Amino acid sequence: MTRWTTRLAVGAIIITAFPLVWMVLASFTPESHLFESRALWRGPFVADHYRALFDERNFWIPIRNSLIVAAMTTALAVTLGGACAYALARMRFRGRYTILAFVLAVSMFPQISLVAPLYLLLREAGLINTYPGLVLPYLTFAMPLTIWLLVGYFRQLPPDVEEAAAMDGAGLTRTLVEIVAPLAWPGIATTAILTFVYCWNEFLFALSFTLGPERYTVPVAIALFRGQYQVPWGQILAAAVVATLPVIVLVVLFQRRITQGLTAGAVKG
Amino acid sequence: MASITVDRVSRIFPGGHAGVRDVSLEVADGELVVLVGPSGSGKSTLLRLIAGLESATSGRILIDGRDATNAPPQARDLAMVFQSYALYPHKTVRENLAFGLRMHRVAPREIDLRVQGVAESLQIGALLDRRPAQLSGGQRQRVALGRAIVREPKAFLFDEPLSNLDPALRLDTRAEIALLHRRLGATMIYVTHDQEEAMKLGQRIVILKDGRIEQAGPPLEIYRTPATLFAARFLGSPPMNIIDASLLEAGRRGVVGFRPQDVTLTEVERTGLAATVALVETVGSEQHVHLRLDADDTRVIAVAPPDRTIPVDSRVGLTLRRDRLHYFTP
Repeated sequence: MTRWTTRLAVGAIIITAFPLVWMVLASFTPESHLFESRALWRGPFVADHYRALFDERNFWIPIRNSLIVAAMTTALAVTLGGACAYALARMRFRGRYTILAFVLAVSMFPQISLVAPLYLLLREAGLINTYPGLVLPYLTFAMPLTIWLLVGYFRQLPPDVEEAAAMDGAGLTRTLVEIVAPLAWPGIATTAILTFVYCWNEFLFALSFTLGPERYTVPVAIALFRGQYQVPWGQILAAAVVATLPVIVLVVLFQRRITQGLTAGAVKG
Repeated sequence: MASITVDRVSRIFPGGHAGVRDVSLEVADGELVVLVGPSGSGKSTLLRLIAGLESATSGRILIDGRDATNAPPQARDLAMVFQSYALYPHKTVRENLAFGLRMHRVAPREIDLRVQGVAESLQIGALLDRRPAQLSGGQRQRVALGRAIVREPKAFLFDEPLSNLDPALRLDTRAEIALLHRRLGATMIYVTHDQEEAMKLGQRIVILKDGRIEQAGPPLEIYRTPATLFAARFLGSPPMNIIDASLLEAGRRGVVGFRPQDVTLTEVERTGLAATVALVETVGSEQHVHLRLDADDTRVIAVAPPDRTIPVDSRVGLTLRRDRLHYFTP
């Protein structure tokens, strides 16, 4: 890297990281100091906002809800979408390209246009304010995502190993589960993480299809902090930090697999 | 072991290109047939059609007399050794060998016995708990071979299995495959682009060109009596020389071929065919003399004994054996 690019990179990192750093610092700053003009990094640092978050507002509940919904959606989207993607990538049948185009088209629907009809549908099914009531609508964008990512990934796997499995007598499902999935692990991990993060951050459906604090997810809970009497900025900041944590943890844990998944196929073997 | 019949099989790819055109072939039980031809000749496609990895556009494929045309590869009970070995990278050698047997629901005890036996016969017993990435090319090849053998299939299909090996290893492994054939009495269909390999291995060779069979028969038969110009030039190294027939017989149409080994170099005056030496290559056991005919500058190669001095740019006469001439009208 030249000195120029190094400087550019450092600059970009500073610009992107700055709001996060600010957010973290501010979340440990007492409410009264937040709007003063003194520098945040000088302190004092208190954990008041976090305490309020968990003791008074019971922020554990939205976290739990978000975790459950995101995890269930990811699990379903990756397994179902993976099987679908494998069929689309490896089987030859009429209408294959039509299905792919359809999958793409479905994902292009503006979410807002789906809210009203979905609400009515879920209400009829008695699913408003339930976990399935969020997981099912989430699948409408999670499945196209996983299918598209995994079709692309499966296609670039060399077919010999699957052919060898076929010669050995393995059917398609067995091949997918025992041969392809272990080899496609980087791609699957990347897809799962992207799906999870998408679900975790989702706001519109979560707001529309839940009714009370018992089922609010994190983005909804944070948005609803305000409007009670005043805007509790400190707590909002603390909640935002907490909301960002799982994503950071996931990415750090799986970052090696993500880069593998993104650069797979570059080197033979 | 089984016989394999290919009955008027064609494979037209979407887009119109014909990989295999109306090919019919009988492979007897226990026979080693080699499919040979240049790239794009359809040999691999034909093998894959037999394996079930491709579907025939028309025609039938019979395995042991039974119509297997619409059967998936899983149901054909054939074993294939791939050019890239196609080992399961995340499984150990033992698991690689056992996989096919597991798929066919062989009892675990039996699986262990067979895997152990095959591993030992291929001298990879010590590698059973390793993964393919930890093996050398030759070792991987043996595992690929072992995976096929352990299944005791109806027939073996080989798709250019030696292409990725270095020449020394290639020779050894080729001999092993020949020995394996003798030991097992197995029906084997072997694909290669190497004519020497085809001649050495095959009980019968099938020369393919542009999706069609050019000629089929025992190697020596094709070598001695090639039916077409292509077959004549395909077998034998250096390849057969082809010259205008009128150079030998005034007025004769077409071309005539003679092998480099059937030419003797003499003084110019002795024969009617004069040429100039362009290049002499020595292989140690013989010399390959590249010549240009005086008459029409055609290139000819002659094989000469190793200790004869043949100066470059000298003029020589070519003496041909009358009984080793092949006439073709292209």
